[in-house]
Amino acid sequence: MEKIVYTITVYTENMVGLLNQIAIIFTRRHLNIESLTVSKSSLPGIHKFTITVESTEDLIIKVVRQIEKRIDVLKAFHYTDDEIIFDEVALYKIPTDSLLDNPEIETLMRTYNARIVEVNRNFAAIEMSGSADVIQSLFDELNKFKVLQFVRSGRVAITRSTQERLSNFLAEMEEKRIKAMKACEK
Amino acid sequence: MESIRIKGAEALLRALLEEKVDTVFGYPGGSIITVFDALYSFRDSIRQILTRHEQGAVHAAQGFARVTGEPGVVFVTSGPGATNVITGLADAMLDSTPLVVIAGQVSSPLLGSDAFQETDVVGISLPVSKWSYQVRTAAEIPWAVARAFYIAREGRPGPVVLDITKDAQNEMTDYVYEKCQFIRSYQPNPDLDQTAVEEAAALINGAKRPFALVGQGVILGEAEEALKAFLTKADIPAGATLLGLPAVAGGFPLMKGMLGMHGNVGPNRKTAECDVLIAIGMRFDDRVTGDLKTYAKQAKIIHFDIDPAEIEKNVKVDVAVLANVKESLPAVTALLKEASHKDWVDSFKEHEDEEWQRVIEPEIHPTAGPITMGEVINMVSEKAAANAVLATDVGQNQMMACRYFKLQSNRSLVTSGGLGTMGFGLPAAIGAAIGAPEREVCLFTGDGGIQMTIQELGTIMEYKPAVKIIILNNKFLGMVRQWQELFFRERYSSTILQNPDFPMIAAAYGIPGRKVVKREGLAEAIDELFATKGSFLLEVEVEENGMVYPMIPAGTNVDNLIFGD
Repeated sequence: MEKIVYTITVYTENMVGLLNQIAIIFTRRHLNIESLTVSKSSLPGIHKFTITVESTEDLIIKVVRQIEKRIDVLKAFHYTDDEIIFDEVALYKIPTDSLLDNPEIETLMRTYNARIVEVNRNFAAIEMSGSADVIQSLFDELNKFKVLQFVRSGRVAITRSTQERLSNFLAEMEEKRIKAMKACEK
Repeated sequence: MESIRIKGAEALLRALLEEKVDTVFGYPGGSIITVFDALYSFRDSIRQILTRHEQGAVHAAQGFARVTGEPGVVFVTSGPGATNVITGLADAMLDSTPLVVIAGQVSSPLLGSDAFQETDVVGISLPVSKWSYQVRTAAEIPWAVARAFYIAREGRPGPVVLDITKDAQNEMTDYVYEKCQFIRSYQPNPDLDQTAVEEAAALINGAKRPFALVGQGVILGEAEEALKAFLTKADIPAGATLLGLPAVAGGFPLMKGMLGMHGNVGPNRKTAECDVLIAIGMRFDDRVTGDLKTYAKQAKIIHFDIDPAEIEKNVKVDVAVLANVKESLPAVTALLKEASHKDWVDSFKEHEDEEWQRVIEPEIHPTAGPITMGEVINMVSEKAAANAVLATDVGQNQMMACRYFKLQSNRSLVTSGGLGTMGFGLPAAIGAAIGAPEREVCLFTGDGGIQMTIQELGTIMEYKPAVKIIILNNKFLGMVRQWQELFFRERYSSTILQNPDFPMIAAAYGIPGRKVVKREGLAEAIDELFATKGSFLLEVEVEENGMVYPMIPAGTNVDNLIFGD
């Protein structure tokens, strides 16, 4: 089976140690995490992990089930690139002299839709968001003029689906909670 | 609810009482001393069993949990106390045994400072526990305990760890207990999907050669009777996994024996012949399936399980019925047509006869030569009470005991299945005897395994649980020796054992014992074992090169049985 990039999104309760719980599932199967971002989700008290990993679908399904099996994980999903809209952010630091001496840099920035976020006597910081390939390609171009520092974020993603699966899940769980509470009152 | 103002340690014990805990297994130390101090005041309502090693405590709690169905509770201190229970946690995780392990931890201001006896217990235990959580304030204790018991018990059971800092045990809190009824991120019992039920019933109704694989899920779901009704209605023969064996205890015509590497001939061969394979609360362990590439390829496969992560983890299935088997089995049974598969069911007979002639009869009724393992087990089994619990260590003694000891009652087997933990037997048997004092606990162990946790004879000396210990002494680490004979050109590397005088060791602990070398003395010695009140250690010198047959060499086809004859 072919290995491709999968994006796994995991929604968890906001508890200490969740990252560790999720990470060990990848470690156990010797899967290398390509990128990882963790942040608050749009729902209060719920954290969102976005993980990219190269693997086969078979294995990803097993991994997602094992992630979801952890008690404090609400839900985990996996997507191929065509099922999501995703982006990464990159920052590039170049010497201010290069910027001033090389008009090609300005052209590059227009072409890549990048912008300068700070400039001083010593350096200029350039920001761009886009796919991993485009971010790399801008780096390759800029590096002809010597990039001092280059960082990229992990991937963030939203689904193309019209179904909001997490909200549906939470609504279902709320119904179950009410049922469980009623059952124990009896 | 009114709250009372008490110390964290007392809050912990009151919470345990709310969860109906009456026994804890443990070992004190600097970071759990406050809890043990509080336990002193509760000693009339909570019995404390001081084992001789923390590993003994956790295995005893596992044995207790297996026979009672209730979580085993363990108290250990930080650092080495906690690391010594890791093997038991891993064992309980693989075998779905409910445990609540309470580990003391250094005071919260010291955390992360490499303080004396500090270990990252949550970090170490996470991969081998269902839930592991650090409690740093007394106020959190009731909530954490309620959640721990809910998680340990509900759905697929498993071990839970609470790592409680010393300051949390010491500080005062306003205690009020509320049982946990619901965790929104954890659905222990998936909702039964009617479509899956109908699909499963349709496949079974169309089957000509249906075959069921019975796992421990049936016992954990208390679905023993539902299983019998299911098998009977559609006339489905079955095999059991190691841990599934007591699910159909006491001889049931459709139960054809054990599956897997050292299982019975019929169930293994028929796995490769059936047209519909019905897995019930089992997880397609490699010791059951052999080579997955060829496993039951001819059959449609139905998998009943409570744990979504088990579905298609190892074997692709045609229908998955996700639910507690206690719910799903009756639902499917209701849709089954009454059927008879007489020829198919009868076809097991020739395999049973073959196994009897080639393996079983020479093993349990040898006419000459040294005493055999199967001979001892068979004789003990015949003399044991109907409510007996079989406990085993790991290795040849375990496979032989599970093959030849006839389980006659529910929850009658205490053995380490998934992890295969040598040293499990003695402490687990102690826990079983403490959990079910009215039952006769028979432990089969080896000369290797017993020495891994032999210090627990001290626990027997102190608390006097009745454990009938039978050491099958072949002067070898027998299972490894068997592999060395078969696959490593008889190069017996580190498997020959020099042993102590076991009855003499038992005597030092005040436990009566006896050693048998000759066949003539065996029956009488077993009579003495059972006639003696309380524990007894019987050492039997058995055939040194005894082999467990039949055997499916690891990683080969499920019907590739070798007999060694």
